Amino acid sequence: LSRIGDELYLEPTESGLSLRAVNSSRSAFASFLFAPLFFQLYEPGSAGPDTELFRCKVHMKSFLGVFRSLPSLEKSVGKCLILLKPRASRLVLQLHCKHGVTKTHNLAFQECERLQAVFDTQRCASRLCAPARVLAEAVVHFPPTLAEVTLGTGPGGKISLRNYVEDEAEPSKTMVTELWLAEDEFQSAAVAPGSHITFCLKEFRGLLSFAEASNLPLTIHFDEPGRPVVFTLDDTVLEVHLVLATLSDLKSNSRSPSTNGVSHLPAPSDDFADDLESYMAAMETSEGGSGGPPSPTFPLRTSRPAESDPEEEEEEEEEGEGAVPGTPPHKKFRSLFFGSVMTPGRPGPATTQEVLAEDSDGEC
Amino acid sequence: MPFSAPPPASGERYALSASLDNARHLSSLLRAVHFQDYATCFATASGLRVTVEDAKCIQANAFIQAEIFQEFFVQEESVVFRISLSVLLDCLTIFGTSSLPGTSTALRMCYRGYGYPLMLFLEEGGVVTVCKINTQEPEELLDFDFCSTKVVNKIILQSEGLREAFAELDMTSEVLQITMSPDKPYFRLSTFGNAGSAHLDYPRDSDLMEAFHCNQTQTNRYKISLLKPSTKALALSCKVSIRTDAQGFLSLQYMIRNEDGQICFVEYYCCPDENITEAEL
Repeated sequence: LSRIGDELYLEPTESGLSLRAVNSSRSAFASFLFAPLFFQLYEPGSAGPDTELFRCKVHMKSFLGVFRSLPSLEKSVGKCLILLKPRASRLVLQLHCKHGVTKTHNLAFQECERLQAVFDTQRCASRLCAPARVLAEAVVHFPPTLAEVTLGTGPGGKISLRNYVEDEAEPSKTMVTELWLAEDEFQSAAVAPGSHITFCLKEFRGLLSFAEASNLPLTIHFDEPGRPVVFTLDDTVLEVHLVLATLSDLKSNSRSPSTNGVSHLPAPSDDFADDLESYMAAMETSEGGSGGPPSPTFPLRTSRPAESDPEEEEEEEEEGEGAVPGTPPHKKFRSLFFGSVMTPGRPGPATTQEVLAEDSDGEC
Repeated sequence: MPFSAPPPASGERYALSASLDNARHLSSLLRAVHFQDYATCFATASGLRVTVEDAKCIQANAFIQAEIFQEFFVQEESVVFRISLSVLLDCLTIFGTSSLPGTSTALRMCYRGYGYPLMLFLEEGGVVTVCKINTQEPEELLDFDFCSTKVVNKIILQSEGLREAFAELDMTSEVLQITMSPDKPYFRLSTFGNAGSAHLDYPRDSDLMEAFHCNQTQTNRYKISLLKPSTKALALSCKVSIRTDAQGFLSLQYMIRNEDGQICFVEYYCCPDENITEAEL
């Protein structure tokens, strides 16, 4: 998760503890859902009739600092207790180590909105499933600094991986690496022929290492260029999703200004993140299939937790202004959450906006 | 094998002369107190003591008893001089710091007296290096006046339990807070850094605890930057004794066993931090 964003979102739910992260340009989202069975004890607290279960976000570095040096942790730590104390504004992480030693970390947290990318794996035309090892061995051929990679389907059901080269790059100075994987390397492959997507490799590598270490098969759901690619890992007690924006085809990327004066598909910048911050809210994944065309406006839920401290609200907004860029936003990658920036004052997107991913039907 | 340096002309004896088969016995201990460039060396018939101080708040002493040396001779009651510890360490490790089994650097140390440089003769594998390090007027040192009768709280811990804790101390915290108490939490190390507070608790019945004599609950804070260098001494040691007196002065004594199984001591004394603010829990 730290490969994606600088903040760790903790959301206890009835179905388990969800840890999430998003990158600064909102083009990558990851969530790890640990089922209650994963824990020795899991008490998400009780949500009242008007309040939701408490959730918060902490600085990724602070959280990771508690779990430094994994090899020694494995040897010395017996159990870990995680307590969320809203009234004390502290996330308590207590490690019970050998020799009776107890390490208690009291981390400051911030209240936050629900972080949820909108995606629907059912609507993806293509799906691939492979052991993590196969993909790791494929990816190792690309330089560690490579930003984007293109996954494509070719003749005979073969799958290709190729480094993405910018159009502006000089042909004589660029190196292109392409490799092909046969269909039988995959546990399952149901792909639309001739499809291809380009996504950020750096953000994918983090998940790949995790998948390799936990020996789980990785499933890739993808569709047309421009629609997000979803990587999933499934286990009895763990559900992992990584949603990455993909590059849209230049031909379908219209940059002409739309009517109503609403700006259309600008390059994501820091300002973009600011506006998003104020509109960013839960995208309710509605139950029941929505087989019809995407609704032009989608519900915005900007409710804040009941005991919200005014001071903390300010902090939340200030934090948006000072957003530190994570992954450098690629000009052509769009946000996973909204098609474009909203002009201030307008409550919702106009019908001309192109949406990356419409309401899911709650499957993911 | 140690070798003898030629005696000084006119039959004078050296104020201090010592020889050591394995210079590492000296260099590793000196490294454990090397947080300042300069150190004061005291030599008496019992052995060598090297003292380093900082900010008038912290003092570290490395003791190498006469028995550790193959030869140890001090002419007068005591010999004192100030010397660059950085240069001394560089010379002692002139043949490199990696310890290959079977090889060691032999050392002979000679000091003619006030105003003379310290002479070092180092030999390894037939190669001899001669070093002359200038000495200086010794400065007045702090006297912490820490004696066992004034100790309020004392614990002795096995070093392995503290090593990781000290190496991973949150350095964004300005202070290290030490709580010692006959009741819970017994022995607690706390930091207050940017991410939040962290507490490390050692119960009195932990198998790391060799001795637990706490009479009074005391919480004291010390500047973390001053105590951090003691991590080196902790890394070398097998046991550490932690004592505080009524004023909150801290004494850390490290028992170090060298390659030949001989015991040496390093101690750190530290004043409590004067800016006392409410402890965050």
